[in-house]
Amino acid sequence: MDIFGVPIQAFLGQIMLGLVNGAFYAVLSLGLAIIFGLLRIVNFAHGAFFMAGAFVAYMAGSYFGVGYWPALFVAPVVVGIAGALFERLFLRRIYGLDPIYGLLLTFGLVLVLEGGFRVAFGSSGQPFPTPPELRGVWNLGFMILPVYRAFVIGVAIVVCLATWFVIEKTRIGAHLRAATERPELTQSFGINVPMLLTITYGAGVGLAAFAGVLAAPIQHVYPSMGSDLVIIVFAIVVIGGLGSIFGSAVTGLGLGVVEGLTKVYYSQASATVVFLVMALVLLLRPAGLFGREEN
Amino acid sequence: MPLALSRSLLVLLFAVLVAVPFMPHILYPVFVMKVMCFALFACAYNLLLGHTGIVSFGHAAFFGTAAYVTGYALRELGLPPEVGILAGVLGAALLGAVFGALAIRRQGIYLAMITLALAQLVYFVFLQAEFTGAEDGMQQIPRGVLFGVLSLRSDFNLYYVVLACIAGGLWLVHRIVNSPFGEVLRAIREHEPRARSLGYAVDRYKIIAFSLSAGLSGLAGSLKCVVFQLAALTDVHWHMSGEVILMTLLGGMSSVFGPAIGAVLISALHHYFDALGAWVTIVVGLVFIFCVLVFRRGIVGQLNHMLMQRPSVTRSAAANIKEKHHAAV
Repeated sequence: MDIFGVPIQAFLGQIMLGLVNGAFYAVLSLGLAIIFGLLRIVNFAHGAFFMAGAFVAYMAGSYFGVGYWPALFVAPVVVGIAGALFERLFLRRIYGLDPIYGLLLTFGLVLVLEGGFRVAFGSSGQPFPTPPELRGVWNLGFMILPVYRAFVIGVAIVVCLATWFVIEKTRIGAHLRAATERPELTQSFGINVPMLLTITYGAGVGLAAFAGVLAAPIQHVYPSMGSDLVIIVFAIVVIGGLGSIFGSAVTGLGLGVVEGLTKVYYSQASATVVFLVMALVLLLRPAGLFGREEN
Repeated sequence: MPLALSRSLLVLLFAVLVAVPFMPHILYPVFVMKVMCFALFACAYNLLLGHTGIVSFGHAAFFGTAAYVTGYALRELGLPPEVGILAGVLGAALLGAVFGALAIRRQGIYLAMITLALAQLVYFVFLQAEFTGAEDGMQQIPRGVLFGVLSLRSDFNLYYVVLACIAGGLWLVHRIVNSPFGEVLRAIREHEPRARSLGYAVDRYKIIAFSLSAGLSGLAGSLKCVVFQLAALTDVHWHMSGEVILMTLLGGMSSVFGPAIGAVLISALHHYFDALGAWVTIVVGLVFIFCVLVFRRGIVGQLNHMLMQRPSVTRSAAANIKEKHHAAV
């Protein structure tokens, strides 16, 4: 069976790859949206923390023999704590200023982190083994599905839903939403808003690090793995709008699929299609698909 | 800075620049040409950042596109250098208008992200296009003969051509900033709704500012391409966009030529510490963080600030400086 002249196996295979990419876009733009919502900071370093997560997992594995499963827990915690420290020591100082300074400050951090890992490990990729439990493929009859990729998509969806649950249905999520809307008022109710900011930033970049560990077996571990990704995620955020957490996750997954489809029909454009969609959205719906008017 | 002082400094600087080819053992002319290109690039960038209040994170696209266009015109089409450079400038200005028209549909932080994404689009186009040589870059671009009489193959001739072009470009930046048009740009920066309600076509002004800034950045890119006979992916990479922001921030975005000082420092950092490899990236990142946290005025802004605070400065002089603060060095 063909779909517009493409065999269905190839078609579904590319959709699958698109979904995997989309899963990373979704988790990263989710974190960006949460951080932006509360801190009013566009975290350029999100990709760098993604990369740091992958490297922490790699180092834990090669120096201390920590396996994949513990690393999936350890790396986000380590990176999250580092992120919280960064927030306490640096980001905190520029909250009153134009949000653009946040972008620039975190850009500086990107250079420091990327340069640091490049000094330590070089520019080329370090291989990262797929955990033995997730090797191999499932033959679904109409397509071949690598187990690890299915695992990534599943985990990403669970993570997005869990984040949504935490924000919408728990006490700390309620505090977070309150602080997003009215920080001074929230503080006057006795909630420690500065602490909430630190936790949010730490959790957001921890999420990025988690995605980095997930990505490590798929694409090797190298210093610039995060920054190319984060620029695509920025475009996705422009398309979806930073205002809606749900919107950013859905847009991320959706654009991953669009990218996969482009690879099937016109592979040269697959690297640029997200940016083209962004330009189109700006022309037709300047506020973004799920956007409330910002500023 | 007092006008007389800055005038005499400018004359002194120009004299030194004219003398550089006669003392290559002290300052390597090719390096000076590169620094001048970046100085123009940073000042052109500041038309948007400092004078219009627009943060573009995609200026590498203009710099690099101009370099590729010039390279293509010189190597593939065999056109003379003056045509090649002009084509590069026009190409960049056109691209700037397109970027501007798209990006100003959103503001502030979103605008920065849009320009970054559009620049990445341009990066991928050049990565995949046939003539650019992908990772190797476009190499061995002939410098050609200017106006059919002046061979640019010698660094000596080229140096003065580049100096003239850069001086012309910087003069143009100065003229734009100190024109009624520049006044409107500052009005938009200070309070956009007010500028709009006064009847200014804000969007059109912003797009023109984008285009001018891009065109002048393109001039810098084209000249760099001729100097090094190379157009490479590093010219369009987002690192370059970040670098020009840093130069501007470090030099001082409240002045016209402050960014040039930032350009000199950052280029020197890359030039003299090149052997340290990735450590340079770390240092650049740290300088970035330092500037954002505690040095937001930049070098020239800080100097002006200190001059204003000095008790010996008379009231009228202080007022004079304050007036000049945004307009000129």
